[in-house]
Amino acid sequence: MMNRAKLNSSPHAKADSAVSVIMRQVLMALGPATLFGICIYGWPALFLFIITVTAAVMFEAWCLRLAGKPVKATLQDYSAVLTGWLIAMTLPPYAPWWIGVVGAGLAIVVGKHVYGGLGQNLFNPAMLARVGLLIAFPVEMTTWVQPHPWFSSALPGFVESLRITFIGMDNIDAVSGATLLGHVKTELSQNHLLPHSLDGLFDMANVWLGLMRGSLGEGCLPLLLVSGFWLLNKGVIRWYTPISLLGTVFMLATMFNIYDPEHYLSPLLHLGSGALILTSFFIATDYVTSPQTPFGQIIFGCGCGVLIFVIRTWGSYPEGAGFAVLLMNSVTPLIDHYIRPRIYGRDHKGKPLEVVD
Amino acid sequence: MLSFFKKAKPTIRGGVHATEHKSETSGKPIVYSFPLPAKLYIPLQQHVGKPAEPLIKVGDHVLKGQLLAYSQGAISAPVHAPTSGIIVDVSEYPAPHPSALPIRTVVLASDGQEKWQKFSPVNDPLTIDPEEISLRVGAAGIVGLGGATFPSAVKLSQGRKNKVHTLLINAGECEPYLTCDDRLMQERPEKIIDGVRIMLHGLGATQAIIALEDNKEQAFLAMQTAAQPYPNVTVMQVPTRYPMGWDRQMIRYITGKEVPAGSRSTDMGILLHNVGTAYAVHKALRTGQPLISRVVTISGSAVKNPMNVEVPIGTLISEVLDFCGVDLEKTQRLVMGGPMMGEALPHPAVPIVKGTSGILALAENEIKTGTEQACIRCGSCVSACPAGLLPLEMMSRIKNNQLDAAVGFGLKDCISCGSCSYVCPSNIPLVHYFKYASGELIARQQAQHKTEQTKRLMHDKQARLERIRLQQEEEMRQMQMEKQQRELAKAQAAEAEITS
Repeated sequence: MMNRAKLNSSPHAKADSAVSVIMRQVLMALGPATLFGICIYGWPALFLFIITVTAAVMFEAWCLRLAGKPVKATLQDYSAVLTGWLIAMTLPPYAPWWIGVVGAGLAIVVGKHVYGGLGQNLFNPAMLARVGLLIAFPVEMTTWVQPHPWFSSALPGFVESLRITFIGMDNIDAVSGATLLGHVKTELSQNHLLPHSLDGLFDMANVWLGLMRGSLGEGCLPLLLVSGFWLLNKGVIRWYTPISLLGTVFMLATMFNIYDPEHYLSPLLHLGSGALILTSFFIATDYVTSPQTPFGQIIFGCGCGVLIFVIRTWGSYPEGAGFAVLLMNSVTPLIDHYIRPRIYGRDHKGKPLEVVD
Repeated sequence: MLSFFKKAKPTIRGGVHATEHKSETSGKPIVYSFPLPAKLYIPLQQHVGKPAEPLIKVGDHVLKGQLLAYSQGAISAPVHAPTSGIIVDVSEYPAPHPSALPIRTVVLASDGQEKWQKFSPVNDPLTIDPEEISLRVGAAGIVGLGGATFPSAVKLSQGRKNKVHTLLINAGECEPYLTCDDRLMQERPEKIIDGVRIMLHGLGATQAIIALEDNKEQAFLAMQTAAQPYPNVTVMQVPTRYPMGWDRQMIRYITGKEVPAGSRSTDMGILLHNVGTAYAVHKALRTGQPLISRVVTISGSAVKNPMNVEVPIGTLISEVLDFCGVDLEKTQRLVMGGPMMGEALPHPAVPIVKGTSGILALAENEIKTGTEQACIRCGSCVSACPAGLLPLEMMSRIKNNQLDAAVGFGLKDCISCGSCSYVCPSNIPLVHYFKYASGELIARQQAQHKTEQTKRLMHDKQARLERIRLQQEEEMRQMQMEKQQRELAKAQAAEAEITS
């Protein structure tokens, strides 16, 4: 029956869109790459993943209750699951359980609810957590292990995996090593020149397939790319940010690599390493912390690209995606203030157009 | 002939492709068998401008088509009797508006005779003085039938004064559900084209373009055939994308140029009229009949038998809904107009007016009300806005009562088309915020104006009091001086007496 007490403004129709649907689509897109990561790193990766996501949801529930907001209804928007999931994907797969919990807490409490919850945060919560963890726990956050083929006997068993996640690894030095970017940074700092220092260590196919030391879910580029393009196709994300980000890194890397291949990594290794693809499609495209307009998003993407290249090449950290995204997040309000769409019948400054007959 | 449009670069900015829901009614012929209601409620204001002034009184017997109330002022329109019968009341009845506040209404009890008044139509409207066309359109009470209800005669006269070269007939009908214009074009294309030619003559314009969304294939073919003999009338298709029927969007698409903010399309030599208006003009000039009925789309999933039906102006919506079989239990919202920009009515006991293009009885699954969630800044509203605004930024400013900041983001350029609310995944009623803010801004302006006036009055009063005080003081001083002088004179006189 008609509700006579409350009269609603037009429109009296709505598209089939919902926040939870968007979030679920992003989660689905992350699925394949995550599954791949769990397969090549084994049980510890699965434990860490479950712990991080669960912790994120619990922190979210706790914050919502403190703020007096509806807990169950808000949890169903899946935003906390997505944040937890993204953190897990960027963690070293054998990191201890408390890294996941602290990361989730940093992201949800400090990165999101301190600002007022969903849609209010200035910084990308997952990247805030990742950078916070990297600075506070540099050892745990840079202990990288070698992946193994699916269900290989080289992967730790169930009980041993429980030990790795909940107590810690015994023989850290024996199984861990540097990532490609970390290796390059070390070698260059010791004045070892590039093509030579990579000899026999890294194979391009393995780099692109993610069969290299690295984070839990950043590795497998084909899966990440397919998922990214699926999101583009679904209209969940737009191409402006990812393409400008990847394009900037590619162009800078190519220019420097041509100029001096002994000191600057090849563009293909740049694109294939670290968190670049994950960042371009899944992190820099975060609605809340990136600009609104297409041109703003291009500026944002290019800015992230330049910062990533600069940090990787001249900074003291081997990977700069997290720092780059956070720095660009901080200028998002500024970009949105100056880059606005042109209003119909007005020029870019807001003055009415001239009458043309 | 189309040289003006050669450089046209078709662009569409923003907009949404809303679920059409047009097939429910677009294939069925217009129904003419609506039984004459016993009573008609004819509001005296069915148009933009001043309300019409009644010249009948209670108890009068009127003929069908007889003038009930004449237009007053430069922008107004007269109202005619939709049938013959007796005037039983002239007083206030609920208006077809979300508030349903009372509005001055003539109540006509029909006598069932449908006895027409005699008209004196012109022999050939295409050869008479153009001014005569405006006069006759005005006298027939024709207003913009797309829903804007601006008096058509005023537009015609202004267009002629502004030397308009192109008459653009808006047959976009971009609102979902509505098909009354579509059916009209399918069934009476020759009459519409005739109306367009009469308007062209009345305007002194060189060409007419009739633009339809490309989802109306049948109507397009019918109109094209009817327009064939007339080289200065072009029928063209435009993409189906709401709000294509927004006049400025259509002008941008067809001409590639934008109407500058604060200007009118007539400044660019283009005048827009709705296709239903063209039909009404044909009727008024060829037969002399004023606007006393219209085709209305009755649709929505709570309607058992959705249709387009011709009803007399003043018919109660409840009677039309009964005729089409409406399940009031299932009706979650009753809307007058289309679902994107139409207005929700609190109850169906209000009349159909000249601007009523549709009545929709919508069920819950169509309106999809959801609880408002936090904005995730997804930017869907920014992409959907045809005016190039930032709806989410405006909304967040309005929520914090920073209305001036919202104006800075373009609040005053908002056309309330509803595209932003339609796409919002967080169910934020953006248009609701914008309408509130616009109303509040006007209220504040009025309040400020009042304060300033009060201040001025007070200032004037103080000045007046001060003037009076100064005057009194001056008078006092003079009186004292006179008194002193008198005393002095007296003393001198006394002294003189003594000395003498």
